[in-house]
Amino acid sequence: MYATNYHRPATIEEAVSLLTGNDEAKALSGGQTLLPTMRQRLAAPSDLVDLRGLPGMTGVSAGDGTLTVGAAVAHADVAGNADVLRLIPALAGLAGRIGDPAVRHMGTIGGSLANNDPAADYPAAALALGASIVTNSREIDAGDFFQGMFTTALEDGEIITAVRFPVPEKAAYAKFPNPASRYAMVGVFVARTSAGARVAVTGAGADGVFRHSAMETALDADWSPEALAGVATPADGLLSDIHGSAAYRAHLVGVMARRAVAAAG
Amino acid sequence: MSTGIGARVRRKEDRRFITGKGRYTDDIRNDNQAYAAFVRSPHAHAAVKGIDKAAAEAMEGVIAVLDGHQLTGDGIGNIITGWAITSRDGSPMNIGAWSALATDRVRYVGDAVAVVIAESPALARTAAEAVAVDYEPLAAVAQPVAALASGAPQVHDNVPGNLVFDWEIGDEARADAGLAAAAHVTEVEISNNRLAPNAIEPRSAIAIHDEAEDHYTLYTTSQNPHVARLVLSAFYNVAPEHKLRVIAPDVGGGFGSKIYIYPEEITCLWAAMKTGRSVKWTAERSEAFMTDAHGRDHVTRARMGFDKNGRITAFKVDTIANLGAYVSLFATATPTYLYGTLLSGQYDIPAIYGTVKAVNTNTVPVDAYRGAGRPEATYLIERTMDIAAREMGMDPAELRRINFIKAFPYQTQVLLNYDSGDFPALLDMAQKAADTAGFAQRKAEAAARGKLRGIGYSTFIEACGLAPSAAAGSLGAGVGLWESAEVRVNPVGTVEVLTGCHSHGQSHETTFAQLVSDRFGIPIENISIVHGDTDKVQFGMGTYGSRSGPVGMSAVMRALDKVEAKVRKIVAHQLEASEDDIEIVAGEARVAGTDRKMAWHEIGLAAYTAHNLPADMEPGLKEGAFFDPVNFSFPSGCFICEVEVDPETGVTEIVRFVSADDFGTIINPMVVEGQVHGGVTQGIGQALLEQVVYDESGQLLTGSYMDYCMPRADDVPSYAIAHGCTPSPNNPLGIKGCGEAGAIGAPPAVINAIADAIGTDDISMPATPQKVWEALHRARPAVAAE
Ligand SMILES: Cc1cc2nc3c(=O)[nH]c(=O)nc-3n(C[C@H](O)[C@H](O)[C@H](O)COP(=O)(O)OP(=O)(O)OC[C@H]3O[C@@H](n4cnc5c(N)ncnc54)[C@H](O)[C@@H]3O)c2cc1C
Repeated sequence: MYATNYHRPATIEEAVSLLTGNDEAKALSGGQTLLPTMRQRLAAPSDLVDLRGLPGMTGVSAGDGTLTVGAAVAHADVAGNADVLRLIPALAGLAGRIGDPAVRHMGTIGGSLANNDPAADYPAAALALGASIVTNSREIDAGDFFQGMFTTALEDGEIITAVRFPVPEKAAYAKFPNPASRYAMVGVFVARTSAGARVAVTGAGADGVFRHSAMETALDADWSPEALAGVATPADGLLSDIHGSAAYRAHLVGVMARRAVAAAG
Repeated sequence: MSTGIGARVRRKEDRRFITGKGRYTDDIRNDNQAYAAFVRSPHAHAAVKGIDKAAAEAMEGVIAVLDGHQLTGDGIGNIITGWAITSRDGSPMNIGAWSALATDRVRYVGDAVAVVIAESPALARTAAEAVAVDYEPLAAVAQPVAALASGAPQVHDNVPGNLVFDWEIGDEARADAGLAAAAHVTEVEISNNRLAPNAIEPRSAIAIHDEAEDHYTLYTTSQNPHVARLVLSAFYNVAPEHKLRVIAPDVGGGFGSKIYIYPEEITCLWAAMKTGRSVKWTAERSEAFMTDAHGRDHVTRARMGFDKNGRITAFKVDTIANLGAYVSLFATATPTYLYGTLLSGQYDIPAIYGTVKAVNTNTVPVDAYRGAGRPEATYLIERTMDIAAREMGMDPAELRRINFIKAFPYQTQVLLNYDSGDFPALLDMAQKAADTAGFAQRKAEAAARGKLRGIGYSTFIEACGLAPSAAAGSLGAGVGLWESAEVRVNPVGTVEVLTGCHSHGQSHETTFAQLVSDRFGIPIENISIVHGDTDKVQFGMGTYGSRSGPVGMSAVMRALDKVEAKVRKIVAHQLEASEDDIEIVAGEARVAGTDRKMAWHEIGLAAYTAHNLPADMEPGLKEGAFFDPVNFSFPSGCFICEVEVDPETGVTEIVRFVSADDFGTIINPMVVEGQVHGGVTQGIGQALLEQVVYDESGQLLTGSYMDYCMPRADDVPSYAIAHGCTPSPNNPLGIKGCGEAGAIGAPPAVINAIADAIGTDDISMPATPQKVWEALHRARPAVAAE
């Protein structure tokens, strides 16, 4: 790790001002992605701006058919939150299977979405549930937020402050973990929402998380695992690496989607 | 509670380990401490055109930047291999030179070309990044079969065709005749996946040069500190043996990878002399993946012949073994005398012939890793038996049973002479524990849940207790493989046992003490085990090859015999009795049938005060012994594994695992079970999860745990362990060794179970979900389909 300056701002505004106009500064949330990268000397930010505990970024609140999770809420706190468990249990289940206990107690939802790792779990939930990504300056629809591997709609210095999830009628997440890293090799989040069925796939796409419209159409017609039987997932555009070929991933998308629909009931 | 032989004594060392009080090399800090960081090649193969150190040298806090030309210029010798192998045409092996710091050419990703010594580890690393090396990349080859192809890139100029040796064992004409006469011949093509050792403690070294005495001290993560000192002194010219002390303090696992003397330790010693500073280096995990000697990496074609009754007629084997870029210390022995000699397995095979081509590639050196050669042989034999059983429509357990060796000693066709065993009994024991009779029902029940259930056997033998020195010498070993011990009884009766073995997870502080407690009936708290320091223990060969029990403990037993004999003499003299009437029980020596006795501490005191000893007796109570085994020991076992495969995803779950082992005498069953648990888990890791991957250009793709998959607790089942016992006739305890059995026996049991479940043998290690799903897809498309 290279030497770096650590900042602990008191407000979101102060954090934004520390980040703005400084290319070498980075927001620090749970540090579960950023710190390992720095320790491997793959990143060398001059300044770290710690977002944890900032007013306006913590806590979970329910109301108005939505569930709002502060960006600095740790995975374990999502997994164990009573409102999350009551309103979107699939989200709690997803959070409870990220990494290991240490990662879940440090890593945060805001950090995960901002990072947009193609194998991360939360992007699938955000996209399938049609979440809004709330930042210090605006709200971004999940459909516009994810812009390919490790790329998002966030501007320089823009901070995610919360994530707002519309509560679905039903939802479930089925994850096939990469045997080594246990990130998602294929993760499929299915939701039946007021706007129809939504299926988001993570882990598999070469451009990161994506919606599976053929499956959505099939599920709109008939919400059942059987409805997905004939729906193809082309291997084109899927990741291929030492853990899984594109063809195998394409196959797993089908299996995981059926399992998710079955679990959602 | 007994603390003698056979008792489940709690580990004495655990208190310090589980309270964080262990003292590992990296925990040690010296005055004058400086830190080393290595400049490593990012290329698998390149010419080094120049090294520009100026920017690094100019950084504040950088003490020195040293390169390979300086190292060789100071007379530091090339790294050696310890076992000479002769090719089948009679020619000696071809060895490319290996300098601790490469000079003109780098040969694998991670090959070090320079070292930075600086005031802090972070600074050393930053400065290492500032060293500008001018590389001219060369074509590289990473796969062993490709390395033998004509026109393949040459790793070393003096190793034509990358062929280090082409060795043979057994009788080819006889094997050919056996195959020709066979009613059925099973042909297999099998690869044994390359593994990274992954000791939990990465390698570490601290070198100190005392200018006043011109004396060196090396703290290091070694399984065999005396061998390290010998080699550092005799071959690398670091310092003469009496001017070099090697200390291996607490060491967090080795699995073979800490046997060898690596470039980093040599460089640290040399750099300590150059800089006048104590030089410390601790590998990062990514350095460990890149530079710790890997294991396995064989590709084999074999044919096994059977007569019409299923009796084996012959076994013929051709193996290509990847040695990596340089030939490491045990690298030549592992695929030859630890592999080829095991090709008879538990079976009476009348004709065996094997060849092994050892090749250089642009990958990190490959050397012994838990089991070393024996897992490769076992996997080959046990997979071949299962494939043959399926081809011939026989029950795999029955095919094994009818071929078992049943009378001992048994001379195999491949040098070894098995001393003892009872293979049918182990098979019976394992089948009972695994309830094989109920398997069909469990399979049907699994099918109802949509799962494919399979059962797999592995009946295996190992040659442990390395090794009879003269035999090893006649086969090319550069050292003897005896062990030494010294037993010191102090004037107050406490006992220190000095051993040349080294514990890095094996529990010697407990099990070696049990021998003393057993012999004299004294409390285990009063016994200390001293090891891992060349200034304390006179000499020893270290711990690997399941040798600490059969060889190291045998030396302790011999020393105890001598102590006991002297005790008898002292007590008989003091109590005016005959030596033959002295009984040593529960920490006392008494004259049988009387109430005359001496307490243990009184005996110690008598020996050291020397006021009343027999006329010709020297004072003191301290005895040493060297034990050189007359043969290897031969632990054997039967493992039965049951799996359930999810046909939709290819995921394998191990639902049952039974081991029935014959380790001979067991000193501490709890410790032995721990060794079995760890070994089997490593074997399951090899079978299902682990694989080092280099791409075609020699880049390491599995450089971290994001890509290299280690077994986790939820990957393995609860193990059921049973023990048979046929004591080894070749050592005083009848002990055979238990450290490697699990890693040797488990992989074929797992793969055989998967093959049984999915109904095809078209599956290789690691049997990842994708591979299992693909195999199923190829063999039974209907089952694997969406
Ligand atoms: C061993 C291990 C296993 C893991 N397994 C999984 C897994 O199974 N599934 C999974 O999904 N993830 C996994 N992760 C990743 C983990 O979930 C991380 O917590 C997450 O990806 C990043 O969150 P963080 O809070 O730690 O962010 P940090 O590491 O602090 O930051 C990550 C990036 O996001 C930026 N950032 C952070 N917060 C904000 C914000 N509020 N606004 C704008 N930018 C921000 C940072 O500047 C940085 O670039 C694993 C991590 C580890 C170490």
